[in-house]
Amino acid sequence: MNTADNVVEMRSISKGFNGVSVLKDVGFDVRKGEVHALAGGNGAGKSTLMKILQGVYQTDAGEIRIGGKPAAINSIQDAKAAGIGMVFQEFSLVPSLTVAQNIFLGVEPLGRGGLIDDRAAVKRAREVFSEMEVHVDPRAEVSRLGTAYWQLTEIAKALAQNAQVLIMDEPTASLARHESEALFELIDRLKGRGISIIYISHRMDEVYRLADRITILRDGRHLLTKPLTDVTPEQIVEGIVGKKIEGELSYRARDRESYDRSPLLEVRGLNAGHRVRDVSFALRPGEILGLAGLMGSGRTELARALFGIDKLDSGEVLLRGKKVKLASPQQAIDAGIALIPEDRRAQGLVLEHSVQENLLLPLLGQIQRGPLLDGAKGKALSSLLIKRFAVKVAHPHRPVRLLSGGNQQKVVIAKWLGTDPDILILDEPTAGVDIGTKSEILDMIRELASAGKAVIVISSEYPELLAVSDRVLVLKDGSIIRDIPLREIADEEYLQLAVQGV
Amino acid sequence: MSKANTIMPGDTAASRNFGSMLKELDWRRYVIYIGFVVVFLFFAILLRDQGFLSPNNLLNIFRQTATITVIAVGMTYVIACAEIDLSVGSVAGLSSVCSAMALSHWGLVPGILAGLAVGLVVGSLNGALVSLLGIPSFLVTLGMLGIAVGVAQWITASAPQPILNDTFNLVFGSGNFGPVPGLVVWSAIFVAIGAVVLNRTKFGRQVLATGGNRNAAEFTGINTKRIKFQVLLISGTVASVAGMLYAGRLQSGRFQWGSGDELSAIAAVILGGPSLFGGFGSIIGTLFGALLIGLINNGLILAGLDSSQQQVVRGAIIILAVALARKK
Ligand SMILES: Nc1ncnc2c1ncn2[C@@H]1O[C@H](COP(=O)(O)OP(=O)(O)OP(=O)(O)O)[C@@H](O)[C@H]1O
Ligand SMILES: [Mg+2]
Repeated sequence: MNTADNVVEMRSISKGFNGVSVLKDVGFDVRKGEVHALAGGNGAGKSTLMKILQGVYQTDAGEIRIGGKPAAINSIQDAKAAGIGMVFQEFSLVPSLTVAQNIFLGVEPLGRGGLIDDRAAVKRAREVFSEMEVHVDPRAEVSRLGTAYWQLTEIAKALAQNAQVLIMDEPTASLARHESEALFELIDRLKGRGISIIYISHRMDEVYRLADRITILRDGRHLLTKPLTDVTPEQIVEGIVGKKIEGELSYRARDRESYDRSPLLEVRGLNAGHRVRDVSFALRPGEILGLAGLMGSGRTELARALFGIDKLDSGEVLLRGKKVKLASPQQAIDAGIALIPEDRRAQGLVLEHSVQENLLLPLLGQIQRGPLLDGAKGKALSSLLIKRFAVKVAHPHRPVRLLSGGNQQKVVIAKWLGTDPDILILDEPTAGVDIGTKSEILDMIRELASAGKAVIVISSEYPELLAVSDRVLVLKDGSIIRDIPLREIADEEYLQLAVQGV
Repeated sequence: MSKANTIMPGDTAASRNFGSMLKELDWRRYVIYIGFVVVFLFFAILLRDQGFLSPNNLLNIFRQTATITVIAVGMTYVIACAEIDLSVGSVAGLSSVCSAMALSHWGLVPGILAGLAVGLVVGSLNGALVSLLGIPSFLVTLGMLGIAVGVAQWITASAPQPILNDTFNLVFGSGNFGPVPGLVVWSAIFVAIGAVVLNRTKFGRQVLATGGNRNAAEFTGINTKRIKFQVLLISGTVASVAGMLYAGRLQSGRFQWGSGDELSAIAAVILGGPSLFGGFGSIIGTLFGALLIGLINNGLILAGLDSSQQQVVRGAIIILAVALARKK
């Protein structure tokens, strides 16, 4: 294999934070015009490796070569100049500016007299979008656009600066299904134009759909790099997790007879905001209810209404047959409801606070002694939760921001399960979570139901829904259009059609 | 599934590796203490002949810093909650005036109650406007700063209101508890309560969580509107106590008392804590921030600088300290 084909070559990269080694002697290369999947468990070091390539972090040892020549990448500017572009997981756009202004932020085309020529910017932005074969209005203010457009703007921004390599870190995490499909087509076109793409994802179907080669990292070490034609999905899963996982996505029957008594939760004629319309359903103890629907179908809004975040316009909610008022999250929590929100960074965690503080936040009542909090008790409780949910954390007193995405998600789940709720609502509980952790989370959900709790799972991934739900409600435009017991769902396709309302 | 609230004793994973903890120790967090010691030693050597180290002078520093310290304790809560309170200085002034007027008309207890009432009313107004109407606290309290000063000036026709009640003067500022000046006792009480409440109570945690990520706090069942209301109420009330400390120490109520203190208090909080953007707060840090400012003021006076030079040097030292303490 000729190394000259490599647009990017990273050799013997090592990186540690505060003496904790995160990457150990990792090699990674990308060829021109290939989609190279980067896989590995949560905390394996994927994002860190890419941040080194982008100039966010500097490597402790090893070398980076770009286009065959050694390159010193000490800042994001260096990386940009070397043709490395990034589609940030946390978008790096200025919401109050227009699409075109964002694309040329810092490199604005200048007109006569050295003033910014906005018209030229719009024109060039149009050219970039038409090369990408997508329709985005360059004059639209970014804050008015949906996440899919933000991502397109990010990609255009990188392309406008002549990026030869695009790094995409879990790009479909915030996209609806048809938006993901549009992104995949765009990736195919970019590849056709000789642009290389490094694609980080926990979803196997995406990796197989897109990638030419795959590199797997495990615990900061390079495990393998192979063409996708040479590896089986089982081998990849085993490589990522470090052990065989079987049937994590197949439904397992539970003994539910002992629980099928009167409903734990009953919702009657619920209306809230624009997106919850006349919703009625009942949930029994020990039952797992899946909520399926397109993005914007009102699944999240229903969860928010049940958790007391959004005001109910009409309808009633009964817990164990008794009417309850759910006017605030506190009331919902007191009633025994917990919500694991869809956006862990914005809604689930105080990122700058420590893991321990985040875990204890809903549990402060439990660790009080008189008016004061009991420090020792808090510490014991948080390390118990960390152990029970196998959160990989070097130090519980360091900010939760420093954990990898999957471990952050575990912290959110752990924090809520600490309150021992009767009804658990999980909104996209496995977003950004690796395959091993995903099967752990699904097991956890099954276990909770077996313990007599009632669970509502919202997910855009059909295999996952079918793996845990006993019953699936399909929402469309805020209303329940189908209520299907699992045994009637033949396969994924059946569910997909039901969601589309066919 | 085992219950989460069964506590397992003796988990030592966190305390295992002391050596690596020491290495991870973030010295930036302690810059205020280091700065305090450095400035103290600097003045101690430079000004040894001007009596900087005399017990009397040291007590003086404490005495002069007391009101700022008290105000800054309240401000720490506000800033930890990602808000700001610019009205504290003028609340102190208005409280000193109301307290003095009520004292001369109705006596001791009504005087104290009148002073406190100023803080409670202004604090509640600030809190209600910020949390219920969602107006940024910067604007609300900026407006309130003007209103409070204006009212204080108006009702007194700009005249000082002398306080002849000895008990009041003794308790609020002029007296001593044994060898310890009363003002020092007052700041010690506020710092102690403030630190315990912020670090060791549910309320304190909820303030920090609200300031750190309001959305996540809301999703965790914290009534963030109420928390925002409460911190502004606390800040106003604490400022009104500081106003009475001015009144007692200077034995009069005057609309100018406390003017500009909001900036010193904010500086003290920022010197002692890591962020203006909320989520963090350290009352002990705030205390040292206030003391550092007092130390600098005192040292510069002893060094014979006039007040314009003092302002320049003080500003430069504060910027330097914050620059050293900033996060990378
Ligand atoms: N700035 C930092 N300081 C300390 N530790 C860090 C820092 N950044 C990352 N880490 C640690 O490095 C490890 C690798 O993290 P990284 O984010 O690269 O994982 P990842 O493979 O991207 O995981 P995920 O799939 O969950 O996103 C984690 O254990 C994380 O806690
Ligand atoms: Mg990552």
